[in-house]
Amino acid sequence: METTIKSLRKQSLEKLYNHLASSQKIYAPIVTSDKQVEFRYNPEFRDVTFEHIRSTLSVKNVVFPKIENLFYFTNTKEESIIKDIDLNIIPEVVLWGVHPCDSAAFDILRSIFCWDIKDEFFSKRLEKITVITLSCHKSDEFCFCTSVNLSPDSVKGSDIQLSLLQNGDYQAEILTEKGNELVSQVPDLFEQPSGEKKVIAGVKNKFDNKKVTSNLSGVFEHPFWIRNSLRCIGCGACAFVCPVCACFDIQDETKGKDGRRYRCWDSCGFSLFTLHTSGHNPRQIQSQRWRQRIMHKFSYMPDRNNALGCVGCGRCSSSCPVDMNLAEQLEALQNI
Amino acid sequence: MNNNIYKPYLMEIEHIVEETPDVRTFRLKFTAPGDAEKFSFKAGQFGEYSVMGEGESTFCVASSPTRKDYIECTFRKAGRVTNALANLEVGDTVGFRGPYGNTFPIEQWEGKNLLYIAGGIALPPMRCVIWNTIDLREKYGDITIIYGARSVTDLVYKHELKEWSERPDVKLITTVDPGGQTPDWKGEIGFVPTILEKAAPSSENTVAILCGPPVMIKFTMPILNKLGFRDKDIYTTLENRMKCGFGKCGRCNVGKIFVCKDGPVFTYEQIRSLPEEY
Repeated sequence: METTIKSLRKQSLEKLYNHLASSQKIYAPIVTSDKQVEFRYNPEFRDVTFEHIRSTLSVKNVVFPKIENLFYFTNTKEESIIKDIDLNIIPEVVLWGVHPCDSAAFDILRSIFCWDIKDEFFSKRLEKITVITLSCHKSDEFCFCTSVNLSPDSVKGSDIQLSLLQNGDYQAEILTEKGNELVSQVPDLFEQPSGEKKVIAGVKNKFDNKKVTSNLSGVFEHPFWIRNSLRCIGCGACAFVCPVCACFDIQDETKGKDGRRYRCWDSCGFSLFTLHTSGHNPRQIQSQRWRQRIMHKFSYMPDRNNALGCVGCGRCSSSCPVDMNLAEQLEALQNI
Repeated sequence: MNNNIYKPYLMEIEHIVEETPDVRTFRLKFTAPGDAEKFSFKAGQFGEYSVMGEGESTFCVASSPTRKDYIECTFRKAGRVTNALANLEVGDTVGFRGPYGNTFPIEQWEGKNLLYIAGGIALPPMRCVIWNTIDLREKYGDITIIYGARSVTDLVYKHELKEWSERPDVKLITTVDPGGQTPDWKGEIGFVPTILEKAAPSSENTVAILCGPPVMIKFTMPILNKLGFRDKDIYTTLENRMKCGFGKCGRCNVGKIFVCKDGPVFTYEQIRSLPEEY
């Protein structure tokens, strides 16, 4: 559908939020008492932040929860019974204030979960979200969306994009039918565009991702990987905060005769990730695991998924306890 | 939910064979009406076998697709799931998801001689294709099987080895590592590469299928090449740790290929183009 541009006064923003929050689930960012930015379900409007650069975790958990039950089972001496999951109970959710990098991740996640056989858990959850993005009017040294084909006001994965205007009001770009449906619930709040300019953060271009991808095909055995991962402690934080990382584990849990099989977030940075029962490990040392992380996102995924496995949000670097900086390493890889 | 790709078939253990002190074969039959009819697979494919509450483990289907109504799997007691499987009895339930992965290109092999070389617990992933081609015997030339294990005790499928050795249309050579023989052992004594070199099968119009521990592969490959086998005529199956089995969980990849989707069957020509991540 054709994009419609409207203007939304600051007071109307609150009305829009309260309208949505009163009628359905809305997932919006707040600043917690320990200064983390966390998405919460239906917080008060006064607590919702518009000033955050990035939330601590991305919003991927809405479509790919940390733990997803795959089915329940009951074991008795006579038999095992499987009780399937009813996906119809997944509620519609409006995601509010998601930055453009995070909304761009949904399509990439789809390319992981729905290539070949379709993963219904993921695709059902994806169907149920409406995404109201908020363009970035602030950035920091960790941001690098412009190096991965995005920008602080790109609209990929967004249904309605809000952008701060110079006079303090907001511009609303209505991008999809879903977005349009939402606007039609409260049409009076959306006014004709005022002509005010958007306030958009500057994000420096740090590397040419096509060059990185092309270089990666020839550097599997390069000493770069050891040199650049010596301080990696394999904590997996980068994968957990990443909006695109989708590697998972499958585990069983029981209580008496009842139990569940679930999948949960995992990370290629963990030494147990690829460990064989025999004790053999194809990725035995941390540099091989770090290489896998970069190769997967910037070489294998462009090749197999036709997408980069990165949206440039900068979380992996900002949350790394030993200051490994992905963008710096990619910059080095472009000149390797 | 109609299409839960993680939900296994529930299968009943119909028959158990104790192959060695730590290797067992299960014959599994479908329990839900209609499952057996809608299930089909091809030689080389694998599945996720599970004990509810313990988790899933990946191994190939070891029976031939020409034998309908059941599937068989052979596993060594090694980790949490295989230990739990080993504690099951006839009549107990096993979960099975599959079949996954690619297949041995047995149609392409028609009219050719087949040389199967397996070591130890690597005969099970090959048993499926061995029986598949024996069941379609007239389509193939000579069938030769070279199978080695550490000791006589460690040979799996002892009944079938006997059956193959008695068939006039199959040439079977069994061997055990030096010191692994028993007083009445009538097979060869020596490592697989040595025995292969001694047997010196012709590479003319022949494909080789090779599965075994890395050390065996390492020393067998040069012998095969010396006998004239080209890398593209040598097949094997790769194994890497897996969870999902369909290219999503992200752990079995070797470079950009997924063992679970693009494999597990590869030619050595393909394997030589891959980074060493297996």
